[in-house]
Amino acid sequence: MFEIQLSKKLHSAQGDMLLDIDLKIPEKQFVSIYGKSGAGKTTLLKMLAGIVQPDKGSIVSGQEIWFNHNTNLSPQKRKIGFVFQDYALFPNMNVRENLEFVLTDKKNKNIVDELLEITSLTGLAQTSVTQLSGGQQQRVALARALVKQPELLLLDEPLSSLDHEMRWKLQDELIKIHKHFQLTTIMISHDTSEIYRLSDTVIKMDFGKIIQQGSPDELFHNNKVSGKVQITGQLISLSKNDVVYIAKILSGNNLMNVIITAEEAEKLSVGDTVLIVSKAFNPTVMKYNS
Amino acid sequence: MWEPLLLSFSLSLITTVILLLIGVPLAYRLSQSKSRWKPVYESLISLPMILPPSVLGFYLLIAFSPNNFFGKFLQEYFDIRLLFSFEGLIIASVIYSLPFMIHPIQAGFQNLSPSLKDAAYTLGISPRKTLLHILLPNIKPALLTGIVLTFAHTVGEFGVVMMIGGNIPGVTKVASLAIYDEVESMNYDAANFYSLVLLALSFLILFLLFVFNKKWKSKIY
Repeated sequence: MFEIQLSKKLHSAQGDMLLDIDLKIPEKQFVSIYGKSGAGKTTLLKMLAGIVQPDKGSIVSGQEIWFNHNTNLSPQKRKIGFVFQDYALFPNMNVRENLEFVLTDKKNKNIVDELLEITSLTGLAQTSVTQLSGGQQQRVALARALVKQPELLLLDEPLSSLDHEMRWKLQDELIKIHKHFQLTTIMISHDTSEIYRLSDTVIKMDFGKIIQQGSPDELFHNNKVSGKVQITGQLISLSKNDVVYIAKILSGNNLMNVIITAEEAEKLSVGDTVLIVSKAFNPTVMKYNS
Repeated sequence: MWEPLLLSFSLSLITTVILLLIGVPLAYRLSQSKSRWKPVYESLISLPMILPPSVLGFYLLIAFSPNNFFGKFLQEYFDIRLLFSFEGLIIASVIYSLPFMIHPIQAGFQNLSPSLKDAAYTLGISPRKTLLHILLPNIKPALLTGIVLTFAHTVGEFGVVMMIGGNIPGVTKVASLAIYDEVESMNYDAANFYSLVLLALSFLILFLLFVFNKKWKSKIY
């Protein structure tokens, strides 16, 4: 169990903000954090890693105190793996060297081989990291974060810069790795489908506080509506066509035109996050060939 | 004939090595510093860039003089006399060329992604090992720029060595002073010889700097 109670005054673009977190995470859970940028998500991860110092509070991992009023373990001593948004690979080393540099005991090279194997990087071991694609760099960062066999894996929007297909593939790898190494994982993500696929618990943060916490179902399903099909998206434009309105809605990468009534249109404005609900008909689902 | 050139060369080499050893930790500290005193430190380090060399030379002359506290202290306790000596020139050059080493290296550190250091720390790598094996190898062009500028700037030093060196042949009479001397005594051929060597050397140094930086940049980015 990770018990986290932290507060820190932050100076953000929107003015001063108090980051105030009280959180318990059971071991081996996959937790996702989402929320607007500037909500304090990355700062929270960095405080857990020991890179940013909280003003007060405590971090306890099982029996071990990482931070409180008289203890502050250095990042080196915390059992964490951190995958940064920009991956932070060491550009002066090749893939294998990036992993081996972390080993304290140079004899223990099996773990490096194993990780290269799991992340399908064996063939790229001797390649300079500057020559890798985004997805490959992401996998090196992930493999490297696991070399010292952490208990807590922290992922800061690890897949945000990748295309859809690569995301899907790496999400599978994340689940596999999370289970294989019996990790507790905390991931920052903005992608609802990604959060859905991976997480046991979802945390929504806003302005330095946790405002919602629960399973993905609890957070993403608006239970007041009992629809059969629910799609969330963003209203891109609203145009009048005779007696009805046409709403252009973007959900993920899909643009949809939905015909709505004047009463419905009145309650919406462009930029709103909207819910498309279909109650009366059973939708047809078929395999998608791209 | 070659003595002033060799003197200039060894003065610059020693100064560069000392400044590299001082400059890397100092530049690293500055690049990481969030202190509100940082502008004060940066101003002090940059001061020799805009200060007339004669001003710096004058204060060093006062400081090194055995009649004053610092000079007297060195003379009495360590039997060191910095005024009109090669050692004195080295100390003066280190101060005088400090910004030329610090600025490029500090900029190099600041241009690295901060997550590089953070990542290394979370991976359990000590601050020392992070600096030596991860940060420094990735600012090679900045290091080379610092080394070359420091060396070249020390070779070209005139005002400071004039004030505290005393122009002693074989001890403090460096090439830039020799040129001045030869012109004073109308030996234009000798002055031309020193000048040509310095000109060629300066060009060569800058040329190599640009060649290497181009090579490294294409390798890293």
